[in-house]
Amino acid sequence: MTTLTINGQQKSFDAPADMPLLWVLRDVLGMTGTKFGCGIAQCGACTVHIDGKPVRSCMLPVGAVRDRAITTIEGVGATPIGARVQKAWLDLEVVQCGYCQSGQIMSATALLATTPNPDDSDIDAAMAGNICRCGTYVRIRAAIKRAASERQS
Amino acid sequence: MAVTRNDLEGVSRRAVLVGGAASGFLFAFHLPARAVNEPVQPPDRTDGRFAPNAFIRIDRSGTTTLIMPQVEMGQGVYTSISMVLAEELDADFAQVAVAHAPPNDKLYANPIFGIQVTGNSNSVRAFWKPLRTAGATARAMLVQAAAQQWQVDPAGCSTANGRVIHAAGGRSLAYGDLADAASRLPPPKDVALKDPEKFVLIGQPLKRIDTPDKVNGKAVYGIDAMLPGMKFATLGACPVFGGKVGAVDDRAALKIPGVRQVIVLDDLVAVVGDHMWAARKGLDALVVTWDEGANAHLSSNDIWEDLRAASRKDGVVARSAGDVAKGLAEGDRFEASYELPFLAHATMEPLNCTVHLTPDSCEIWTGSQVIARAQSAAAKAAGLPVEKVTANNHLLGGGFGRRLEPDMVVAAVRIAKHVDGPVKVVWTREEDIQHDIYRPVYRDTIAASLSNGRIVGWKYRIAGSSVIARWLPPAFQKGIDIDAVDSAVDIPYDIPNFSAEYVRAEPPAVPTGFWRGVGPNNNVFAIESFIDELARKAGKDPVVFRRDMLDKNPRMLAALNLAAERSNWGQPLPARIGRGVCVQPSFASFIATVVEAEVDEQGEVYLHRVTSAVDTGIAVNPDTIRAQLEGGLIFGLTAALYGEITIENGRVKQSNFNDYRMLRIDQAPKIDIHLIKSGEPPGGIGETGATAGPPALRNAIYAATRVALRRLPIDRSLIAVGNRS
Repeated sequence: MTTLTINGQQKSFDAPADMPLLWVLRDVLGMTGTKFGCGIAQCGACTVHIDGKPVRSCMLPVGAVRDRAITTIEGVGATPIGARVQKAWLDLEVVQCGYCQSGQIMSATALLATTPNPDDSDIDAAMAGNICRCGTYVRIRAAIKRAASERQS
Repeated sequence: MAVTRNDLEGVSRRAVLVGGAASGFLFAFHLPARAVNEPVQPPDRTDGRFAPNAFIRIDRSGTTTLIMPQVEMGQGVYTSISMVLAEELDADFAQVAVAHAPPNDKLYANPIFGIQVTGNSNSVRAFWKPLRTAGATARAMLVQAAAQQWQVDPAGCSTANGRVIHAAGGRSLAYGDLADAASRLPPPKDVALKDPEKFVLIGQPLKRIDTPDKVNGKAVYGIDAMLPGMKFATLGACPVFGGKVGAVDDRAALKIPGVRQVIVLDDLVAVVGDHMWAARKGLDALVVTWDEGANAHLSSNDIWEDLRAASRKDGVVARSAGDVAKGLAEGDRFEASYELPFLAHATMEPLNCTVHLTPDSCEIWTGSQVIARAQSAAAKAAGLPVEKVTANNHLLGGGFGRRLEPDMVVAAVRIAKHVDGPVKVVWTREEDIQHDIYRPVYRDTIAASLSNGRIVGWKYRIAGSSVIARWLPPAFQKGIDIDAVDSAVDIPYDIPNFSAEYVRAEPPAVPTGFWRGVGPNNNVFAIESFIDELARKAGKDPVVFRRDMLDKNPRMLAALNLAAERSNWGQPLPARIGRGVCVQPSFASFIATVVEAEVDEQGEVYLHRVTSAVDTGIAVNPDTIRAQLEGGLIFGLTAALYGEITIENGRVKQSNFNDYRMLRIDQAPKIDIHLIKSGEPPGGIGETGATAGPPALRNAIYAATRVALRRLPIDRSLIAVGNRS
């Protein structure tokens, strides 16, 4: 039996230690907000936070998580930055099909936690690992800046 | 507002609702008009709920549920369709809920195709009149119900925000209070539609209905279906097109914890487990010997040689005007050929389908652009009558034409036949890319002659696969694929002697399908690339050259002029930075696009800025239109920069995002979209940007390097310094 802290709650389950966290979340715990996109950490759809840092859960063995705190898209809105990012995403209508946006929001929230006023190159560096096939990049950039500016207002 | 599953309870299947003025892709393909005003339930079965047609449900509590005949795959159609319905219904937009339509080719047929399908950028175009009529009819019945209750003339009643108002009597009733009475009324034969000047919702940048649940993990895509006792499966199809399974050693796979079952079918193997991880590990552990069959040595080179040979033959003339031979004999003649590669769709949501099969029933959960076809395909694969199949549609994590095919449903049902209980079948990204139904390879040859700086003769020949012949056979007539010639038969320029012809050339073994931009993404690239080359031959600026041939096309001309102005066309740029222009009337939207791009000494391309001006008729939701163009441009530019599926030894070489690359945020250009106000009927917008991006980029590279690229994706070696042509 493995126990993890996910969005502040203890979750216990049986899973092999080499199983990526993505499949624990989706298939064992039924938390389907975190998405499968590529399985090789190339697209970012599966991004979650481990102790606040963005991680590609499709290649993170669950045995390596241990007692560190996991935050997923289902819980990120409970943080002030996560809530601001979600609001900015809606205010600017970033989302199209939406499938990649869980990962985009997790990456953007992690960026703002360490870099409250990111410039374009900060955004490029933090977000280039997240593919959006609908091509919402222009609005993602604008929404990150909006979320950053709302902190000050 | 929540997106809910629709239930068809109380809805009679005898009624046929959708129809009206059907106009096929561009011409020639017409479906019979059908009545749009039949009630969908008999008066004795209303249960107090008002369901005047296939799209509108109002219950006694006032909840207004709009049934979405088109699927939401990111294009914002749930919002656009709701706005059109609610506009004529005068519903309270903040209170409407939407539901996915169930499979029903009659109730929810797309008037342009005659079946239930979302594609060809025509949702708003096709449903514009039927939805307005449906909304107006329901509104008239609610007014009638109120007028009867008040014993007043309906003409003295008005409606707004979900209420009928009788101003003279100082009273009003909510639609919910009228639902029962309205459900007992006969629908009026003819209803007046609103004067567009009086629209209150249409034209507003309203917030999307589907997006709040997409930022918090609550949105449910097909891949998110979860059922009690469900197992998880993944599959490996024979990597060679048309090949079969030879021998399978499953001993190692079955030892993996969580693996339950290995299923061997004639053309694929599947592993079933307690979760995707077990299934994936099990698949990797299988030792499969494939019977590779006849295509074991097929390569891209073979396919290109076949296509080039086919493209030298005469085709079937799809449209001609004047005397092409005479026109080509005048002035200076030029000729060029353009080639486009196979492309995968690579929707972010990999292919998937969940199936629960019992001896006498089948239920599926998936995301499909053709849910009724998915239901029929499941029935056939299961060996059950179609009425025994329940098909649950979902939000789509990208469509782009991939989900116009039900092949994933068929494979999942075939696997489910061997599984006890529900099973979710999920494709790995590698399987998704290597077993796509690909955008065809195309080769287009154009001959043209120039006289006094204008084109006087134009002969255009498309060679490529006919997707329509397979996918919608009644629309393939006299050897002409009406999609493959779309935007070639109706080029925007005034050319006196013209012909456009089509050579059907099916690639061996490789399945071909629709891809975002469909026929126009091929034709607009070839035409607009060649136009730029002709402008240079004529010694004219590319915008001026186009402008001079658009005098009979004011909508196109206005878009070109605006895009040129807003992109600073003509202002000097540093060396190896260029602007390229593209105009297109595709999908009934008139768009001009200017790309500004830089080519470095190694031939790498940097996108600086994209400016588009579009007249898409009445803009139902202007913000959605901007978003679709922004995203469509990125989609097309991605293909121009990177997109190519190649075949070697009968296999697709690319497998995941490491070798089938996508444009990322650090490469995305600044994009400016300018909407031109128009009172024309709405045009299509979902694919418009995808079609506009590649030729505009190609022409920007032409301006920056003077190299005339004639193939996509862009070959960096040809535009590196030292390779100037």
